Amino acid sequence: MSSHCSLQTAKDRARLAATRASAPQELARQLACSRREFLRRAAGVALGSSLLPSSLIARAGISTNKRKVVVITFGGGARDQETFAPEGQENIPHLIRELIPQSTFFTQVVNRGILGHYVATASLATGVYETINNFASLPPEHPTVFEYFRKDLKRPASDAWVVAPSNGFNRIGESSHRSYGPGLGARVILPKHLLTAATSGGGTDYEHLLRDNYETPFYTPELGGGEFALQQLGMMLKLSVDDFKTHARTLSSPDELSVYIVRQLMRQQAPSLLWITMHDIDIAHAGAFSLYVDGIRRTDRLCADIWKTIQSEPEYAGKTTLFILPDFGRDSDDDSGGNGFQHHRTGDAPSRTTWMMALGAGVREGVVFDRPMESTDLVPTLGSMLGFSPALAQGKPIPELL
Amino acid sequence: MLPADLKPEQFNGYPPEARKLVTGHVAALQQLPLSFLPSLLREVIEYDFKFPAERRALENELANLKSLSAEQIKDWFQGFAQILLSSQLEHSDWVNAPGQFVEQLSSYLWTTHQLDAFRTAALAYADRLRAVAPPELPPARRLGITVIGQGVATHDEPLFRKLRAHGAYFSGVKPENGLELLLNLVAARAKAHPVPYGHWYIDGGQAAPYDPVLTCVSYHALESVRAALSGKIRAEIERPGMGPEALRTILAQMRPADLGLGKAGEAVLDRFQVKLLTEGSGTQVFSTTFAQWAAREALRRAQPLTLLVRFAPRQRQKPMNEMLSASHDVAELDPLGSLIDADMGAYYNWLNLQRLPGAEQSSFLVWFEGHHEAIAIGPSLPRGTESNAAAGLDQLLAWAS
Repeated sequence: MSSHCSLQTAKDRARLAATRASAPQELARQLACSRREFLRRAAGVALGSSLLPSSLIARAGISTNKRKVVVITFGGGARDQETFAPEGQENIPHLIRELIPQSTFFTQVVNRGILGHYVATASLATGVYETINNFASLPPEHPTVFEYFRKDLKRPASDAWVVAPSNGFNRIGESSHRSYGPGLGARVILPKHLLTAATSGGGTDYEHLLRDNYETPFYTPELGGGEFALQQLGMMLKLSVDDFKTHARTLSSPDELSVYIVRQLMRQQAPSLLWITMHDIDIAHAGAFSLYVDGIRRTDRLCADIWKTIQSEPEYAGKTTLFILPDFGRDSDDDSGGNGFQHHRTGDAPSRTTWMMALGAGVREGVVFDRPMESTDLVPTLGSMLGFSPALAQGKPIPELL
Repeated sequence: MLPADLKPEQFNGYPPEARKLVTGHVAALQQLPLSFLPSLLREVIEYDFKFPAERRALENELANLKSLSAEQIKDWFQGFAQILLSSQLEHSDWVNAPGQFVEQLSSYLWTTHQLDAFRTAALAYADRLRAVAPPELPPARRLGITVIGQGVATHDEPLFRKLRAHGAYFSGVKPENGLELLLNLVAARAKAHPVPYGHWYIDGGQAAPYDPVLTCVSYHALESVRAALSGKIRAEIERPGMGPEALRTILAQMRPADLGLGKAGEAVLDRFQVKLLTEGSGTQVFSTTFAQWAAREALRRAQPLTLLVRFAPRQRQKPMNEMLSASHDVAELDPLGSLIDADMGAYYNWLNLQRLPGAEQSSFLVWFEGHHEAIAIGPSLPRGTESNAAAGLDQLLAWAS
């Protein structure tokens, strides 16, 4: 009896092992193919060839020292059924109709790291899967793209900026790495922190407005430096406190506030490397599906707004490459360990398999690539585009963009 | 400490029934890997407060472990045995605080990139356990009912989009006294199949009059509990050194008495309700999230024969200008947004019902409250069909069963 059972279970184990080993990769591949099919039908993009023209950047005729890059992380992760699948396309009309036809689109960007927003964004920015505590105020352990950019190219602090939604992102601009770190990173602007400073702390009446992190909705890290925040407002963004507060009243979400700051930053400082982290979609953690979908629609619109700003601002028009990518996805409905769209906790294939689009200077329009790549490939790609060497990044440059 | 060092007296801090259960299985537990055992103990320590279906599942799991030879245990748990743990985890008090251990383990697995290996091991174990100790079939066919759209006068967008392919859509439903009718039907089922915690009524607002034979949970009835919880959270957040992970641990340790619950004879349901608010995300602020999560947890844990869930309007998410104006007005409701939440919630209720034994024989109904629209799913109803025939909700349920 015992040996019979043992034989049976050995067979089962072998079958299970084979199934489980291939399942995530196979699921990721299927997701990528579905995305490509959806895009082909909705946006008319074609499958890209692996035979690439040499040096798209060189062909674009822009020298690397004049090139600008804007990176948008597509706030909090959204699933295909609410975005690229036929039933979800109504939520991303701007991506589908305006941006994707102009872009090179990658359907299978896998994040093999920790699926928490701060640590995943830090991983995107370093090209290494960071393992820092997602909820602690810690810098990334590996050099960030901003440090490589500034150190290698001898750029001033004003040339690299991060606009981030959460006070918990205040250390994202520079790492704790001893060869880089203090003084070499990006300037980080936290619009909610600015708002707190502008409203003199806000008190308990502003709790809802300043809710900081949808992953931990009850906890908002306290930040000092209110005076410095107000200095940023006045000296760098050329905004008075009153104008800022007045405009903020007309906005409907934290990401709208971020994009308002981004526009101001582009006009006043025109950084060459600008990183914007969207966050509204992550309201999904509160479990209200309608608010999650509203967040997707708003992020879709804001991405298009930023692209329009890029095209209309003289400092950016014609020489800027825009990257849009989520830091990761969200849990599928099929995994009983999760609760569908609400979280990104299961580590299943849909929560790890995301996408990226690049558009603008030096990028081919209307092509889609299915091959697997990793989210850590972004930094080496930016390095090749802008001419710096991300020596410690683990990813590889994306040849289809170079 | 490692599992091999376990002794029966180390469970003296467990509640009485849990202690009795676990001390009969110490020899089997000693052979389990540390990456697995605290997850099991986390369930065991709650045994006194578990629903009957959960108790039976746990008893079966322990009985199976006890029946395995040392070699079989090695075989069953080889995936878990390959997970490398830190000495900090090994030295933690995982016997008395298994929940905290699991939280720390989760963080450690993500950090050390072992989550996928753990996930694979867990899936393989669950598959094997299901094969040797199959979940018991229900004594009667299960029935799920979800009522959505309370307070919505008109709605132009199509409803039930995710469910239509699975059942029959009706546009001529007679709405008169619909909720009362459904509650009476559910109560009749409870009386026909008297099973402890077998028939539930969950309301995202104020519960309508219902037969006490039903197990009822409502968002409104927990108002004082939610207020007490919010007060405690605010107080904890203001303490120096408090962070999200510490707060989460404190929430997990909250007991009904801490929040003003604790009536005699209600220990199991009280504990369930507190967990909805302390472990659920968004359940404290949005009634639609509360209703969906309560339904999910009731289905997963109590495995009821009957579940009626009624969604109610949640508070509107406050836009920035309102928040800046520092208004102290009563929260405004968002009926249309709540309808969309509830429509998705109904789909999740159906998915979670499908995860229970006997799902292929179960029936499911979603009704747009006060309106003529419903969708019914059941073994005898054609999928992906539509009907505009005039029919009462009782008729739809009869067709679906």
